[in-house]
Amino acid sequence: MIIEYIPIFVVLIVAIGFAVATVLSSGIFGPQRPNSEKLSTYESGMTPVGSTNERVSVKYYLVAMLFIIFDIEVIFVYPWAVQFQNLFGEIGISAFISMFIFLVVLELGYLYVYKKGGFKWD
Amino acid sequence: MSLIEILIITLIKILIILTLTLLTVSYLVYFERKISAWAQNRLGPNRVGWEGILQPFADVFKLLLKEDIVPNKANKVIHSLAPMVALFVAFTTYAVIPIGPNVQIFGYDISLVVADINIGILYVLALTSLGVYAITFAGWSSGSKYSLLGGIRSSAQMISYEISMGFSIAGVLLLSESLRPIAIVESQAGWMWNAVVQPIGFITFFVSAFAETNRLPFDLPEAEPELVGGFHTEYSSMKFAGFFLAEYANMIIASALITTLYLGGWQIPYIEKLGLADWLVTVFQVGSFFIKVGMLLFFFIWIRWSIPRFRYDQLMNIGWKVMFPLSLINLVWVAVLIMIFN
Repeated sequence: MIIEYIPIFVVLIVAIGFAVATVLSSGIFGPQRPNSEKLSTYESGMTPVGSTNERVSVKYYLVAMLFIIFDIEVIFVYPWAVQFQNLFGEIGISAFISMFIFLVVLELGYLYVYKKGGFKWD
Repeated sequence: MSLIEILIITLIKILIILTLTLLTVSYLVYFERKISAWAQNRLGPNRVGWEGILQPFADVFKLLLKEDIVPNKANKVIHSLAPMVALFVAFTTYAVIPIGPNVQIFGYDISLVVADINIGILYVLALTSLGVYAITFAGWSSGSKYSLLGGIRSSAQMISYEISMGFSIAGVLLLSESLRPIAIVESQAGWMWNAVVQPIGFITFFVSAFAETNRLPFDLPEAEPELVGGFHTEYSSMKFAGFFLAEYANMIIASALITTLYLGGWQIPYIEKLGLADWLVTVFQVGSFFIKVGMLLFFFIWIRWSIPRFRYDQLMNIGWKVMFPLSLINLVWVAVLIMIFN
């Protein structure tokens, strides 16, 4: 029912309003006296060296890719988890075995990544 | 109920919960400082008001009157967007957390939750995932090396622990057969609290909650001694306050979620057998919810002063090699339990 979701929309609108108001209020109430020293990047008092547009270690991308694979696995488990007690009543133990096989297949992938050194951080 | 009535009731609920959250956040900061002081054998804030009781308000006014500095190298739009996202996430998630059973007020049957929707848990997961963006945006857009390092580490940390968090919740769903938070609370009647039935899932969720809220021992995004302030190094004034507020609000939400999913929510076992009046039972139940949340918050602060920070590789090892297999074992364990007792 769409009517149950009305409170959610109200919450979203209130939260957006609150967030925008908080961030904007600092520009209204605070003083504005910028100078070049104040606006330079903080680097423990030294003159900033280099830029931040550097390449990022590939290991972070690896984490992101693994996250996508295993997080989608979680999403596939949810509908099964919600319906499991019904399914077990109807079709018995095969409700468990089918999901178990699905998990085993993905965990083989997990072991492969493990063996390949995908979970090594230094 | 007509549309207007629903809107008015919702607005009243939001107003109450928003005030409650803001007050709790202010005093959580105060108590954190006091408890830190006790842990380190010092006095803590004691100048503003009696025993420093007005300190949170002084802090807010101080931050409000500070200059808002946006560094030259920053990407201005995303730099201001980041605290907005953090605040937005922190102040929307509470909408689906039930604080008590339905009550009758002025002839209306009112549920003590802002939005009683049947996909509540998915809503929570979707919004907490958005929280990663706030920190990534802040780290990337500041144009500072400390911020960038903090932001990248933090996004890696948060997405790693989201997986074990998701699997732990699947164990809860097996027993509740619903994604509605109220149904999850009701499925834990008596002593059937999920913390008792599936202790492994409870522990993995608890640890993941610490990692998701960036609290010590998982506070790598901030890591003061090595990264200055981490992702919020270049923030000042109310933008900094926004991150600060969001962090503490997230702590409250995490505690409320742990209570709802694993500690029986508002329920007190066997209270209906005492033969108390209905309204008294409701008051006790709502009270018990707040006591459980308060104890978890104390635990959050307690851990902060007991355990040192993890190194980055230790953190990722725990996330992928310990928490992830443990949460899977928990899922299988709960499924086997159901098959034995059905």
